[in-house]
Amino acid sequence: MADALAERFWQGCAQGELRYQRCPDCGAAQLHARPFCARCGAAPDWAASRGLGTVYAVTHVTRAPTPDFAQLAPYAILLVDLDEGFRMMAHGEPGLAIGQRVCATFEAHGARALPRFVRLREEQP
Amino acid sequence: MAWISGVGDTAFGRLEGETPLSLMASAASAALAEAGLERDAIDGVLCGYSGTLPHLMLATLFAEYLGLKPRYAHALQAGGATGAAMVMLAERLVERGECRNLLVVAGDNRLSGQGRDSAVEMLAQVGQRDYEVPFGPTIPAYYGLIASRYMHVHGISEADLAEFAVLMRAHAALHPGAQFRTPISIAEVLASRPIAAPLKLLDCCPVSDGAAALVVSAAPGEPRICIAGAAQTHPHQHVSSAADLADFGLAGCAERAREEAGIGVDDVDFLAIYDSFTITLLVLLEETGFAPRGKAADRLRAGVFGREGLWPLNTHGGLLSFGHSGVAGGLAHLVEAGRQLAGRAGARQVRQPEIAFLHGDGGVMSSHVSLVLRRE
Repeated sequence: MADALAERFWQGCAQGELRYQRCPDCGAAQLHARPFCARCGAAPDWAASRGLGTVYAVTHVTRAPTPDFAQLAPYAILLVDLDEGFRMMAHGEPGLAIGQRVCATFEAHGARALPRFVRLREEQP
Repeated sequence: MAWISGVGDTAFGRLEGETPLSLMASAASAALAEAGLERDAIDGVLCGYSGTLPHLMLATLFAEYLGLKPRYAHALQAGGATGAAMVMLAERLVERGECRNLLVVAGDNRLSGQGRDSAVEMLAQVGQRDYEVPFGPTIPAYYGLIASRYMHVHGISEADLAEFAVLMRAHAALHPGAQFRTPISIAEVLASRPIAAPLKLLDCCPVSDGAAALVVSAAPGEPRICIAGAAQTHPHQHVSSAADLADFGLAGCAERAREEAGIGVDDVDFLAIYDSFTITLLVLLEETGFAPRGKAADRLRAGVFGREGLWPLNTHGGLLSFGHSGVAGGLAHLVEAGRQLAGRAGARQVRQPEIAFLHGDGGVMSSHVSLVLRRE
């Protein structure tokens, strides 16, 4: 069971929205929701990301941790730097490389909609 | 000054019929025998944690089992850095006058008592519960992410990683207690089955049963080996919260330990570095000052880390080939360093080392302990 603040993130995913927190005082963005900004301690606001980012790191998992993920294997796990200034773990389409521009989609897995990033083909300025 | 007065261990691998307590007792008894100490001389006990025997009070549980009545005892948790962290604390406790003889011990039977599948599933839970674990990562996946970034930024190839798996196996071949002793080639490492790309099976340490122990004392043993310096740093817990996967900022930690010992990199003549994966070893060697960025494999190919080299590295075979039994896996690096400094490493003995540098890593490059051991 996710904690209550994390549940708000996962409810966003179910609605096709990537939610994160932004500090009204220092401007820091954080994905791991807390009742405070981890940089300055102020109470953060919730915001929705545009879902655009850049691949920071990537691995392709062949040896899954549990039977439900073994059905999915091999699958790509990414760290993505979102344009709003936070980093997150997510799934990705096969073959993504570090530096690739990506955008968020969502895939059903069990009771959750998991963020899954795919190549961004055309970028609006 | 605090001294390592005795070390002990068990073989690593599949040890049917053993329990964490029985394994810890075997290693502890060997360490006490080498230190020439009876049970009633032990006034402190520090132990790690066990995957198969989760317990609120493992140190007193073990003390009662072995027949010890220490005046100071508790368990300590810093993942793979726990062994080095216990030795650092033992040194501080002896220095403070709290204890005269501390037993530092760890043991687990993850392989026979838990099994690989269960161990892989349990270990994956060190990831962030709400924002990482839902994506199905494993410990190799966390390190696979590190490997992808570190290799990308510093120009490292999969063959560079493979060199370290081959070296650890070659070193383990001379240790009768090692889990894997059959030599392997670069081609075999590269052809081993994918686990979490770019990491393959032979880039990963095994799951093992085994135990290790040492005694830290106020009076020196023979020969005289002291804990000359120690330092820690804890930059993050989860891989997705690490600031930079190409620079973990560990240089300061290593430097503080060497400053406390009053030595520099050039004074070191033995290395014991945590090696849960091949990438772990490259990153740690480069961050702690024993190779320029991206150049650890070049130094290996030049012979620097071999038994005859400038800095013999993990001569027992490391986690990659001697084996990884939880906290005992990291403690085995300390046992080997103690044996090498004492001249008791048998067929593995390298030319009279005097100063060993050790570094332990817990979690996903999360908890770090640097140590310097010196033969006086």
